[in-house]
Amino acid sequence: MIKVKNLVKKFDDKVVLDSINTTFEPGKVNLVIGRSGSGKTVFMKCLLGLLIPEEGELFYSNKNFYSLTEKEQKNIRKEMGVVFQSGAIFDFLDVEGNVRFPLDMFSDMTQKEKIDRVNFCLEKVNLEGTNKLKSSELSGGMKKRLAIARAIALNPKYLFCDEPNSGLDPQNAVTIDELIYNLTHEFNTTTVVNTHDMNSVIKIGEKVIFFYEGHLWWEGSNENILNTDNKELRDFIFASSLAQKLLETS
Amino acid sequence: MNLFDGITEYLLVMRKTFTRPVKFKTMVQQIVHEMYYLGVESLPIVCFLSLFIGVVVMIQIAFQMESPLIPKYTAGFITRVVIIYEFSPTIMSMLLSGRVGSRIAAEIGTMKVTEQIDALEVMGINSASYLILPKIIAFVLIMPVIITFSIFCGLFGGYLITMGTGEIPTSEYFYGLRAFFTSFEVTYALIKSLFFGFIITSISGYYGYIVEGGALEVGKNSTKAMVQSSIFIIIFDVILTQIFLG
Repeated sequence: MIKVKNLVKKFDDKVVLDSINTTFEPGKVNLVIGRSGSGKTVFMKCLLGLLIPEEGELFYSNKNFYSLTEKEQKNIRKEMGVVFQSGAIFDFLDVEGNVRFPLDMFSDMTQKEKIDRVNFCLEKVNLEGTNKLKSSELSGGMKKRLAIARAIALNPKYLFCDEPNSGLDPQNAVTIDELIYNLTHEFNTTTVVNTHDMNSVIKIGEKVIFFYEGHLWWEGSNENILNTDNKELRDFIFASSLAQKLLETS
Repeated sequence: MNLFDGITEYLLVMRKTFTRPVKFKTMVQQIVHEMYYLGVESLPIVCFLSLFIGVVVMIQIAFQMESPLIPKYTAGFITRVVIIYEFSPTIMSMLLSGRVGSRIAAEIGTMKVTEQIDALEVMGINSASYLILPKIIAFVLIMPVIITFSIFCGLFGGYLITMGTGEIPTSEYFYGLRAFFTSFEVTYALIKSLFFGFIITSISGYYGYIVEGGALEVGKNSTKAMVQSSIFIIIFDVILTQIFLG
């Protein structure tokens, strides 16, 4: 479980996150939505420890992350899997090397166990047989799936995905959503996903939090988000012409 | 960013770089890999340039030596001094700062803007130590080898001129190469190469590591890495010359 208490992040005098309080439970896909510049990415970077907030506490399984020593923080980081917006695939390694990287760095597995684990992870994301491909030979969707395979290599307790569907066609986006949902439930991970994709919200958003100008504006699930009377949230989810037409017809 | 901030930031990155690596075995593999890519792959261009500089130096000296009062072996002597003292360790290092330095800065900078460095950090890996330290160690170790090749090629270039033109007899050239020779000359060149290897890799690594933005900034920082490395090579050349020969 991840618990966030009164998180405040500023850049100079500009408050980017203002008193954020929320909880992310294991075995659930938690979606963070909001307009560009609303603070989603900064929030995720605070969760990952890449940015240190000015105020607030962050608990991973009841351990206050910011008050831990560097070594203790590293131990928690080993339990995290992260899928970056760009994929952040290591271009100096091939597909197998990318998935194997965390295993090489942090596990005591034998070579055979590592290869088996790599193949298992690649199979989970439908990339079996691509072991020796270079990252430059992969499509956008394959890169995202590879990033997910690398993120789950060490069987993480916490999975973070920053806009995993950005730049993908609708069918690939659905595949990625299903993948994240299935992995979360199969391995009981605490999954946090930043997204703009309303299809993801409806399909996999077991918990949804909406950021508006640095504030946590709304909290709920995919079951009640469409019925919300929160004006800013409605403006956000029904911003597209397609959504507006659907709203009118319903 | 002013000079003081720049130096402070450089020192902070170096402090992060020189902390214990995550896995010693992985770092050894990286060092071997970098020795090949930064060192061995530089050898052809180093040898090519050194050979032709040796040729040019020898032609110029032979051209100037019309007076019968100057012994012929002086050409070999001057060629040796020029190549060993300055050309191979200093000028070649400046050329290498273009090849190696810009490569390091661009590689690390691109990793920064494509979030690969963030990916390393969230895995609990010290990205500066993982990316910069093996390059520094590898290049500092291989620099003396590169410079030794450069010296040999430069002197060989001089030899080719004695063979081709007959202006300076080969025996006189070889006598000049040995005249007043002390092994300290080579030691001095190799000590300089160690310093310059560190300057090139650490400054380039720093400029790559601090990239913020996109492709434009990667390009800018690669250029800065090359320029700053060259400036510091010249500054340290003066300091080391004063220390060892002053």
